[in-house]
Amino acid sequence: MSIVPQEETTATETKMVPIYIMGKRYEVPATLTIMKAIEYAGYKYIRGCGCRGGVCGACSTVYRKPGDYKIYTGLACQTVVEPEMYLTQMPFYPANRTTYDFGELTGTPDEINRLYPELFRCVACNACTKVCPMDVQVMDYIAALKRGDIQAAAEISFDCIQCGLCASRCMGELPQYHIAQLARRLNGAYLTPKAEHLQTMCANIDAGRYDPGLAELKGMDLETLRNTYQSREMEPASAGEDWTPQDKSHL
Amino acid sequence: MKIAYYPGCTLKTKGKSLETSALACMGQLGIEAEELERWNCCGAVYSLADDDLIHIVAPVRDLIRVKQAGHDKVITLCSMCYNTLARANELMRHDEEKRKTINDFMDEEPDYTGDVQVLHFLDFLRDEIGWDKVKEKVTKPLSGMKVAPYYGCTLLRPKEVAIDRADQPEVMHSFLETLGAEVVDFPGAIQCCGTYQVLGNPDAALKVSHDILSDATSHGAEALALTCPLCDYNMSKRQDQMLQKYEGAREVPIYYFTQLMAIAMGIPVEECHFELNRESSVQLLKSKNLVTG
Repeated sequence: MSIVPQEETTATETKMVPIYIMGKRYEVPATLTIMKAIEYAGYKYIRGCGCRGGVCGACSTVYRKPGDYKIYTGLACQTVVEPEMYLTQMPFYPANRTTYDFGELTGTPDEINRLYPELFRCVACNACTKVCPMDVQVMDYIAALKRGDIQAAAEISFDCIQCGLCASRCMGELPQYHIAQLARRLNGAYLTPKAEHLQTMCANIDAGRYDPGLAELKGMDLETLRNTYQSREMEPASAGEDWTPQDKSHL
Repeated sequence: MKIAYYPGCTLKTKGKSLETSALACMGQLGIEAEELERWNCCGAVYSLADDDLIHIVAPVRDLIRVKQAGHDKVITLCSMCYNTLARANELMRHDEEKRKTINDFMDEEPDYTGDVQVLHFLDFLRDEIGWDKVKEKVTKPLSGMKVAPYYGCTLLRPKEVAIDRADQPEVMHSFLETLGAEVVDFPGAIQCCGTYQVLGNPDAALKVSHDILSDATSHGAEALALTCPLCDYNMSKRQDQMLQKYEGAREVPIYYFTQLMAIAMGIPVEECHFELNRESSVQLLKSKNLVTG
């Protein structure tokens, strides 16, 4: 008579669920992400797995559920498997990125229209927004660009991870995410107000204003340096906009 | 009075003078135009193909946005946007089968049944504000200025969405009269400017636009007022080509109707963005002492 080890009888049984990877059925643990389930099923990622942290957009996955006409998407590294889901990976989708010399652009709507004339093929079907795994209002930023509002497009598209699923579903064949990237670049370089205080500070540094202070720090022995560091005046976490340090000699 | 406002794409760029002047006038009249927070291009042209429902989706989506913003009326300035939105609305109101197809397709939006009222600023002024009220705000009447009202197509056709009768419209006549202008009636007022034919057949478009302008001037007009950025493009931006091509062609200042309204209401001239007009437009206003400097 064999004695079953204690831990095996009390261990929680891993619940297995069936999923279909590119049409083939696999039983995988119900708690896994799609990415881990694919690896559990025996596949090895050579490309298309990316950061495994939900920010790079390399592991876009398209799936459907039984009895539901909707197309679902998610990042494989972030989305937990669901029973009976049919899935495929979409690590890349061809979308043309226009070549441009950024230094020659100035941030006008006409520049975007010239570089991406297909922008005006959008019919507001909204398939792009529906498929976005980051819940970016893709159609809305395209609408903003059609009316020349680069700033709005940059803000609306801020969470884009460039996975390309929008482009895969577009009936107007737009490379939305490349257009949005151009919008964000133009917005950052030409349309956002310049931080003037930063330029003043850089000029001060260039003029050598902080050189004596740095030289003083460099000349300190370790103990003095440590004490100086530890006793420095810090901006409290709750400080308001009007907070200033006691020692204003460096401002 | 608060009302939902749908600007349209061109009014944010090349046709911004139409928007800025109109919004300034609305301010004078106590009309609070609330631009929709979310809106997309209406498509600019209403598709005439019977089964081309995908091009109805964009304007219907905009009408849904009007409802979502808590309004049951929406005002437009661009007559092409007006036409596209109003016709899509008509379809959603009256064609049960297509309404269902479109609502089923837009499954992420609430169903829409055509219950928003689409207005153009002109019929809104006529029917909801009244010419008398507008007149009260006129501080610099356009006296002695001979202006031809140009309606074009999209405000008057088809009948279901027309803001006035197509053969003998009056609304812009009354509008210009209210501003104190001398209204010049002319047959070309309801002719087509050539619209998008400018892309496929630019010569033909130039010809019809030229015919309209010479018709206006031969009836004594010294300027033309219009409501549409595309008409403006064909008749104002392309006028230099007419002057070059057609013997006897004359320079005609072109205005958006709201620019003239702003001037008559004494609104600062900067709101009119005349830098987007022909130079002759400002010169004429100066010669009438309506704009100084």
